[in-house]
Amino acid sequence: MRLFLIYNLRNLLTRKLTTVLTTTGMAFVVFVFSSVQMMAEGLKKTLVDTGSFNNVIVLRKGSQAEIQSAIERQKALIIETFPEIGLSPQGVLLSAKELVVLINLYKKDGDKPSNVVIRGIDRASLLLRDRVRLITGRMPLPGSSEIVVGSAIQKRFKGLSAGERLRFGLRDWTVVGILDGGDTGFNSEIWADIDTLMQTFRRPFYSCIVFRLRNPQDFTSVKERIEGDPRLGLMAKREVEFYREQSEVMARFLRILGTSLAIVFSIGAIIGAMITMYAQVANRIQDIGTLRALGFQKRDILIGFLIESIILSLLGGTAGLFFASLLQFLEVSTLNWQTFSELAFRFNLTAEISLKAIAFSLFMGILGGILPALRASRINIIEALRMG
Amino acid sequence: MLILKLLLRNIFRQRLRTFLTILATTVAILAFGFLRTIIDAWYSGVEASSPARLITRNAISMTTPLPVFYRDKIKKVRGVKNVSYGQWFGGIYISEKNFFPNFAVEPETFLQLYPEYVIEPEERLAFLKDRKGCVVGKKVAEEFGWKTGDTIVLKGTIFPGEWEFTIRAIYRGAGPKVDETQVFFHWDYINEGLKKVYPTRADHVGFFVVGINDPRRAAEISLEIDSLFKNSLAETLTETEKAFQLGFVAMTEAILITIKIVSIVLIIIILLIVANTMAMNVRDRLSEYATMKALGFNWFYITGLVLGESLMISLIGSLSGIVLTFPAAKIFVDAMGTLLPVFHITAETLLFDLLISLCVGLLAGLFPALKAIGVPVQRALQRIG
Repeated sequence: MRLFLIYNLRNLLTRKLTTVLTTTGMAFVVFVFSSVQMMAEGLKKTLVDTGSFNNVIVLRKGSQAEIQSAIERQKALIIETFPEIGLSPQGVLLSAKELVVLINLYKKDGDKPSNVVIRGIDRASLLLRDRVRLITGRMPLPGSSEIVVGSAIQKRFKGLSAGERLRFGLRDWTVVGILDGGDTGFNSEIWADIDTLMQTFRRPFYSCIVFRLRNPQDFTSVKERIEGDPRLGLMAKREVEFYREQSEVMARFLRILGTSLAIVFSIGAIIGAMITMYAQVANRIQDIGTLRALGFQKRDILIGFLIESIILSLLGGTAGLFFASLLQFLEVSTLNWQTFSELAFRFNLTAEISLKAIAFSLFMGILGGILPALRASRINIIEALRMG
Repeated sequence: MLILKLLLRNIFRQRLRTFLTILATTVAILAFGFLRTIIDAWYSGVEASSPARLITRNAISMTTPLPVFYRDKIKKVRGVKNVSYGQWFGGIYISEKNFFPNFAVEPETFLQLYPEYVIEPEERLAFLKDRKGCVVGKKVAEEFGWKTGDTIVLKGTIFPGEWEFTIRAIYRGAGPKVDETQVFFHWDYINEGLKKVYPTRADHVGFFVVGINDPRRAAEISLEIDSLFKNSLAETLTETEKAFQLGFVAMTEAILITIKIVSIVLIIIILLIVANTMAMNVRDRLSEYATMKALGFNWFYITGLVLGESLMISLIGSLSGIVLTFPAAKIFVDAMGTLLPVFHITAETLLFDLLISLCVGLLAGLFPALKAIGVPVQRALQRIG
C-alpha cells in the first residue's frame, strides 16, 4: 500500500500543470462553499451574541423588530412593577425602557445613506448588556443632546469620532464616547438619552422594554402573565431568542445561496477531476498492466486511483479552506432586511463548516475518481502490456 | 477547409474528455447567466424607475413618517404635475414565508403616476370606488390563486391588527422588468383604522411620489421642495426615483459584491477546466505537432489548431448553456414564486456569456499552444521510437 501511495504522489508531481489546474479548481469551489457559509454563520453569531439568556424583551404583539413596536408609558410602568425583575448590586432596577429609531448616515466611502439604529437608553441599559463596554469618553447625561457611538459604526461612518457633532431632528448631538460591543449588534448602534430622543422624534411610545430576570426559571410565568393580560397587548421573548429570529431571513438566504452555488460549482469541479483522472488512467495503461502482472489485484488498482483523486481533492479542499479562513480578519456590513438597519459582522469559521468543507472536497474527489478508477481496474493485462 | 475538418476530428478523438469539458462549460455558463440575472433583479427597481418621478421622504430616515398635509405644499411648487403618497404597510399574509411588498397609497394619483401598472378600466374603477379594495400584481395573484372579488387578510406588523381587503383589480406590468408581486390598497382605509387605535400616528405618510413635467429640472425641483420644510419638525429629502432605488441597492451592497465575486470565480473555474483539457490534449499530441513542423507547417497554423480546438469546445459549451438557460429559468421562477420580483434574462447577459466563452477559449488554449509551438522537433520525434 505504501508503495502505491508513493507511486500516486509521484504521478501527481510529474504532471504538475494538470495537478495544479485541477486542485485550483477544487480550491475555488471549496472557497466559495465555505465563505458563503461563514458569512451566514457570522451574521447569526453576531445577532445571537447580542442577546443574553437572562434578559427578557417585551414588544408590542405582532411586531417582528424593535422599530415596528410601540409601548405606551402606562403599560411600561405596569411591566416595571413585576417582582421577577432583578436588581444590580447597587440596587438599580435592571429594567430599561428603550426607543429604537433609524437615522440616515453616510459611510466614509460612499455617497448613499445607510440606516443606522439609534437607541434611546435608560439608566439600566448599559448594565443589562454585559458585552458592551465604554472604551473612551463617558455615557450621555440624562436630558442632554449627547450620544455614544458603537465602534463598528464609528469606523465606517463620517463624522462620528469623539467630540464631533452630528445633526438630526433639529438638534446638534455631541459624540461623548465610543462603545465597544464586541461582536454584537450593539457595535452597530448609536445610543442617546431616551427622554431627549422621544422628544426629538415626537414619539410618545417606547419601542421595547428589556429587563433581567432575578431568577432565570421565572421566564415562563412572566411570559404568561404579560401575554395573558388583555390590557397590555404585548409579548415577551428571551433576548437570545428575539435576536436569533432577527438573523433568520438573512442567514437563510445566504445559506440557500451558498448551497445552490456549491452544488453548481461542484459539478464543474467533479467533471474537472474526472477529466484529469481519465487522462491519468489512459496515459498509464502500461503501468497498470505491469502492476497487474506483478500480482496486484483489481481492487488494489481501483483503490490506488481513487486515492490519487482523493489526494487531489483534499489538496484543493485544504487550500480553499485556508484562503477562506483568512476572510475571518475581514469585517463586512450590510443592511439586515429584518431590522432594516446596518449591521457589521465578521466571517466566522466554525469547526462544523471546516468539517463540511473537507467532507465536501472528499465527496468531489470520490465522485470524480470512481469511474476512471473502475476503468483502470478493468483493463485487460495482456492488451495493456502489448500496447508498449 | 482542411483545418476545420482537422479541428473537428481532433475534438472527437477524446470523446469522453470533450464531452465532459463541454458539460462543465454548459453548467458554468448556465450558472453565470443566472447570477447575472439575479444581480439584474437587484437593480430592477432602479431600471423600472422613471426620470419624471421624484420621491420625497423624511430626511431622518425612510422609517420616519411625514405629515400628509405636505402634499398641498409640494403641489404648489412650479413644475410639479402631480403628487401621490403612500406608506410601506409590511403586512403578513397568513405566514411570514408568504412575502410580498404591500403599500397603502392614495389610489387615484398613484395609478396616474405609475402607468406601467396596467389595469382594465372597469377593474380600475371598482378599485377606486371601494375603500377596502386592493389591487394585486399578476404574479402574486397566481402564486396564491387569488381572483378579483376574493377577500384577503393581512396581519399588520407596523399597524397592529388584522386588515381585510377585497381584491378589486389585478395589474400586469407594461414590460418584463416591472415588478408584478406588489399589493396596493387605500391609504384612507388604514388611516381611519389608525385614528381609532393610535390617533397620534394618523395622518402621516411614509413617502410622497412627485410627478414632474420636465425631468431636466429634477434637481432644481428637489431642492425647492426640501427648502419648503427646512427647519421644520419633519425635514424632507427629495431625490429622483432612480437615486432612491439606488439607495436601497447600496444598503445590501455586501451581498451584491459577494455574488459578483462568485460569478468571477465561476469564470475562473471554467477557464481552469478547459485549460486542463487542452493541456492534456496537447501533451498527448506533441509528436503530431512535431511531425507537422517537420513537414513545414508554420507556428501560425499550429496555434490555429490548438486555439481553434479550445475555442470550439468553449463555444459549444456556452451555446448549449445559453439554450438551456431559458427552460431552467422557467423552473427557477416557478419555484421561487413571489420571492423573486423580476427575473428577466437580457440580451446583454447572453452576449456576456458568449464573450466570456470566447475569452475562456482563447486563454485556455494559450499555454498549450505555446507548448505545441515550442516542441523541439527532434526530441518529440525520438519519443515515438
